[in-house]
Amino acid sequence: MKTTLRQVLRSPRFMIGFCTFFLLLVIIFSYPIFNPGDPLEMIGLGTFFKPGTYVSLYDSVDAPRIYTLKLADSAANRIAAKLLPQDRVDMKDWLVLYGIDEETIDIEDTRALLELWWRNYDPDLRIDGMIRARHNAYVRLDRKLNGLFNSEDLTILRPNPETGEIEELLVVKDSDYVNLQDVVNVRVLPLGTDNFGRDVLRQLVSATATSLLMGLIAGTIATFIGLLLGLISGYVGGWVDDFLMFFINLFTVIPGFILLILISYSIGQEERSATTVAIVIGLTAWVWTARSVRSQVISLRNRDHVNLSKLSGHSLPRIILTDILPYIASYVVMAFILQISTAILAEASLSMLGLGPKTTEIFTLGLMMNWAMKYTAHLNGAWWAYYPVILTIALISFSLNLMNTGLDQVFNPQLRS
Amino acid sequence: MNKALRKYLGKKALWFVITLFCAVLLNFILPRLMPGDPVSSIMAQLARGMTDAGAVKRVLDHYVEEFGINQPLHQQFFIYVGNLLRGEFGRSFVEYPRTVSDILVNALPWTIGLQLPAILTGWIIGNILGAIAAYVRKGFDKVVLPTMLFVGSIPAFGMAIILLSIFAINLQWLPVGGGYPHTMLPSVSLRFFASIIRHYHLPFWSIVLISIGGQAIGMRSMSIYELNADYVKYSRYMGIKDRKIVGYVFRNAMLPQVTGLALSIGTMIGGALVAEIIFSYPGLGSTMLAAINQNDYPLISATTLIITLMVLVIVFILDIIYGIIDPRVKAALID
Repeated sequence: MKTTLRQVLRSPRFMIGFCTFFLLLVIIFSYPIFNPGDPLEMIGLGTFFKPGTYVSLYDSVDAPRIYTLKLADSAANRIAAKLLPQDRVDMKDWLVLYGIDEETIDIEDTRALLELWWRNYDPDLRIDGMIRARHNAYVRLDRKLNGLFNSEDLTILRPNPETGEIEELLVVKDSDYVNLQDVVNVRVLPLGTDNFGRDVLRQLVSATATSLLMGLIAGTIATFIGLLLGLISGYVGGWVDDFLMFFINLFTVIPGFILLILISYSIGQEERSATTVAIVIGLTAWVWTARSVRSQVISLRNRDHVNLSKLSGHSLPRIILTDILPYIASYVVMAFILQISTAILAEASLSMLGLGPKTTEIFTLGLMMNWAMKYTAHLNGAWWAYYPVILTIALISFSLNLMNTGLDQVFNPQLRS
Repeated sequence: MNKALRKYLGKKALWFVITLFCAVLLNFILPRLMPGDPVSSIMAQLARGMTDAGAVKRVLDHYVEEFGINQPLHQQFFIYVGNLLRGEFGRSFVEYPRTVSDILVNALPWTIGLQLPAILTGWIIGNILGAIAAYVRKGFDKVVLPTMLFVGSIPAFGMAIILLSIFAINLQWLPVGGGYPHTMLPSVSLRFFASIIRHYHLPFWSIVLISIGGQAIGMRSMSIYELNADYVKYSRYMGIKDRKIVGYVFRNAMLPQVTGLALSIGTMIGGALVAEIIFSYPGLGSTMLAAINQNDYPLISATTLIITLMVLVIVFILDIIYGIIDPRVKAALID
């Protein structure tokens, strides 16, 4: 036992998988401590806010101190942000018509482009062949460009609640800054919000916990049924084996996914809680465990120590518990690990079809995917709504699969080189 | 020999019939065992919007007639099987005048045309990669196995979305979804065919990539087992060329992979159906999604049955192939 454990701990694959999985667990348990709150709370009004730091505009006006920073590139940054890509293309077109070599114009370099423009542009100049509307458009563009440099102060006004008059509260200069730490309300949304306006990261953490729990429930049920059927079928043999083998073979070819769909649909949307779905997944996923346990038990059944036990008159439960189970324990553990990852995948696929747990109470990884797809996050460029979910699912099953192959190498010496 | 082969095939055919019967039985009985009988709940839903009592009665009578709800369960089952044998799955609730069989006949070729080639391609590539990894070991294996494990860990729909967002949305090389452009009517023309191929790429490759992972890992383990087997050592001592030994090993490791494909084809098709949905490919996956979203019971029931039938037929075919290529079956036949 001790040596096996040492071998397992020395297997690099197992350890990488285990550490990844453990890290996920640590995040699941520690994140809610640092960022408590209801993961289903809808904080954003609107869909798919992009990841980043959100600063309250209202509170930054009230910041205790306003700092003046003379930053050389602040004006250029402001202009670069306001100068739309289409404007840049239009400017280039005019300059080329004016007679500037196309090669020398770089529309990405804001400063050079503007310098070139101001050196050459003349609103009174008529270019041959340019229609009047186009000419006027350029005049407007030039006016807009001049406006960009116009850095007049902004005045913030506030209505006085008693007199109803509007009073000046603050005059903001273009060089005024507030320190982010002085602003009372700042919210970091590392993964933005989803279609309901929920914090995606917080939701992802809670959904991962739910999905893992569902995987655990389903895996336990499936392993238990599989182990029981495999033990009975393999050890008892005879017509019991034939009978059980018929069922095992039957459910091997009839796709479990289809049974899952049929049962989940029949249960109905209202009755489907996360636990129910997990149980249903467990009830349809035992086949592989039963098969492998059965074949292991058959090879054990006629070993000497089992026969000795039988001759000594030990009872059937005792033989199974002491002479059979310890020998197949490693297989069962491996099958259990695989069951968890299959169950999480099954939940995700089921939810994608709209047959997952009821949305209003709880969130799972599959439901997050389902909503992201329903609101076409992938067509809106809202990558934060689905990529992290896919990555989490992949990481969970990757770490579990790694652990599994690591164990496989320890318990099947033939696989080692 | 022919007689024995016929016996093997007969056994497999009998098994096919039995599994088919059980599948039909499950498909019939599972929805009816549940507390909320779908047929009655759907009738309640249909009748909700109606004010005319006579009309409600007529709708009720129609469905009672069509499903035979007023009869005992076993007679309902005979009605059900009788309808199936005539290819009648009833009418879709949502697309009302259309029959379910009509909808399925339109969707089935898309699914078969997409999934079978994709799964087969993935299976072949996966087996070759797995065999090479087992033979070369060292560097190649160090890279291939973790990569395959990771790729195999990505769910089918996840792979579909990743490919979609990279190649269709960011690079805009390929269309976002559908089986053909909305602006075109299905016709037998070169242009239509070309557009089908363009829409085919992404769903195809996402299913292929998914299938490669699991197959490569299985084949690698199988090949390592075989490479360590006594006959390989014996052949080496005999001085048989390495290339020839690899041929033997590959062939012996392939056989369990055929069985493996038969056993996992159901799961693979399930995953691929969800991948279809991501691309709104006009196959059974999208049909199923629409049916579930709109609570179209006859359509759901028929779709699950057709998918099961598809899986059972593929397993049956694989069983036959296995019987033909496995020398042990052949040896048993000659005895």
